[in-house]
Amino acid sequence: MKRRVLPGLPLALGITIFYVALIVALPLGALIFKAASLGLDDYWRIISSNRALASYRVTAGSAAVATVFNLVFGMALAWVLVRYNFPGKRLVDAIVDLPFALPTAVAGIALTTLFAANGWFGAPLAAIGIPVAYTPLGIMVAMAFTSLPFVVRTVQPVLEDLDPALEEAAQSLGGSDWTIFRKVILPLLTPALLAGVSLSFARSLGEFGAIIFIAGNQPMQTEITALLAFIRLEEYDYQAAAAIASVLLITAFVMLAVTNLLQARALRYTQRS
Amino acid sequence: MSAAVTGKKPPRVGDSPAVRRTLITLVLLVGAVLVLAPLIVIFVQAFSLGLSAFAAAIGQPDTLHAIFLTVVTALIAVPINTAFGVAAAWAVTKFDFPGRRLLIVIIEIPFSISPIVAGVAYLFVYGLQGLFGPALQAADIKILFALPGIVLASLFVTAPFVARELIPLMQAQGRDLEEAATSLGASGWRTFWSVTLPNVRWALLYGVVLCNARVMGEFGAVSVVSGNIRGQTNTLPLHIELLYHDYQTAGAFAAASILTVLAVVTIIAKVALERRGAGRRSRVSLAAPNVIAEGEKP
Repeated sequence: MKRRVLPGLPLALGITIFYVALIVALPLGALIFKAASLGLDDYWRIISSNRALASYRVTAGSAAVATVFNLVFGMALAWVLVRYNFPGKRLVDAIVDLPFALPTAVAGIALTTLFAANGWFGAPLAAIGIPVAYTPLGIMVAMAFTSLPFVVRTVQPVLEDLDPALEEAAQSLGGSDWTIFRKVILPLLTPALLAGVSLSFARSLGEFGAIIFIAGNQPMQTEITALLAFIRLEEYDYQAAAAIASVLLITAFVMLAVTNLLQARALRYTQRS
Repeated sequence: MSAAVTGKKPPRVGDSPAVRRTLITLVLLVGAVLVLAPLIVIFVQAFSLGLSAFAAAIGQPDTLHAIFLTVVTALIAVPINTAFGVAAAWAVTKFDFPGRRLLIVIIEIPFSISPIVAGVAYLFVYGLQGLFGPALQAADIKILFALPGIVLASLFVTAPFVARELIPLMQAQGRDLEEAATSLGASGWRTFWSVTLPNVRWALLYGVVLCNARVMGEFGAVSVVSGNIRGQTNTLPLHIELLYHDYQTAGAFAAASILTVLAVVTIIAKVALERRGAGRRSRVSLAAPNVIAEGEKP
């Protein structure tokens, strides 16, 4: 039987392609064009300058720490939300999304106030010699906050669908809880954890609003790459801004590819089990 | 034995009281420090100089203008991206065509890109050093450092929000109902309004709510293209930055408290809509490009 074709393809597809071209492809193309117009030598000189290299180190290093934190905490949070019942559980489940819903600038000033040397958490931490605001640690806190929900939300559904029979089988064979968690549960969660981790890391690399308030923004020390691009713009050094932004753009594309790969794998994995 | 007979669930891994208590306490503690405390500190700071100071801070002409500009931006950007999301979802879920998967990936791209990159990119299209800048200046059309630029940057950042909620759902619902409707003589529009829309309305609303929250809260992309002109091109998030760096902390937090209320309302709406089935297919709803994976047939 011939498949009936619904109406509206030319209109819907036309709108979609036109809009994507105008809103997404045109600006990104213009950015790449601008960066490409630099010539390889100049481009390389800008993106490998000491200040740029330091910004990559600060950004990627802080993002890595924030992501590891979110891997552990996100896993624990997902576990607690799926496996246990306690008063206020639904509230906790809802509030997990706050970092996505709260504008980054608001998160930025709130975290800075909390972790500044006279803040609720900053004061006791400074007293024991751990300043947070205006140090790399502050950047990590801001990144951990803004990317908090990713691991929780990727692991949660997989944990919910986990077949209890697998654990029961392992229990009947005499495995301890910790062994079963490590050898049975964790491997089943790994694809979802990896997908969450890559999302969390990608988001931290691109984050701007929450970080600039708490970072201190000292070149070579607490200056993230996105801010460096912004500073070059304010200095009217458009070519440098284009070059540095293009580094962020290429990184985003790589992370997008990695994430899609991991998510497709995570999905196949759960469908098979 | 036991489980079936006594009706009690057997203990699962991690169910021992010690583990249970430790984990719950730990999670609640870290959660309170990292998520709850920021929420509380915003309101504590906003009201630190008293209720009348709070009202005065909100009532400042520049703050009122920032609120106005933010609302206007949302009123333009959200309907446009809603229409786009519906069109895109209809195109990629009701038809097969070459490049369909690629189109889904491209729609998702803005999610993965730093807002700063988005802002810089728009500068190189409409700015003086960009593609159309000189021509626009010659024609005396102002896009950057004005409302159109703010709207365009917001459109970029939130382009995928509605589409990504609709695509997995409409994919799962298939085409049978629409095909039945058209075979009975309904027009394309009629089919969409009476058949498709009622089936996806909660997911649509879910996408709209999230899109609106992001438009109103967008900072990085807008801060590049707006020019930060006080009382003219400052949206609410930009105005918060300005007040904060002016050491008007209470005023900054008063303005921030408005956006915080918006965030809380967004979360409440999100939970309510999830109960009606929206967003459930993708629990990563606010997060990730997972439509590609979900479009895959097992």
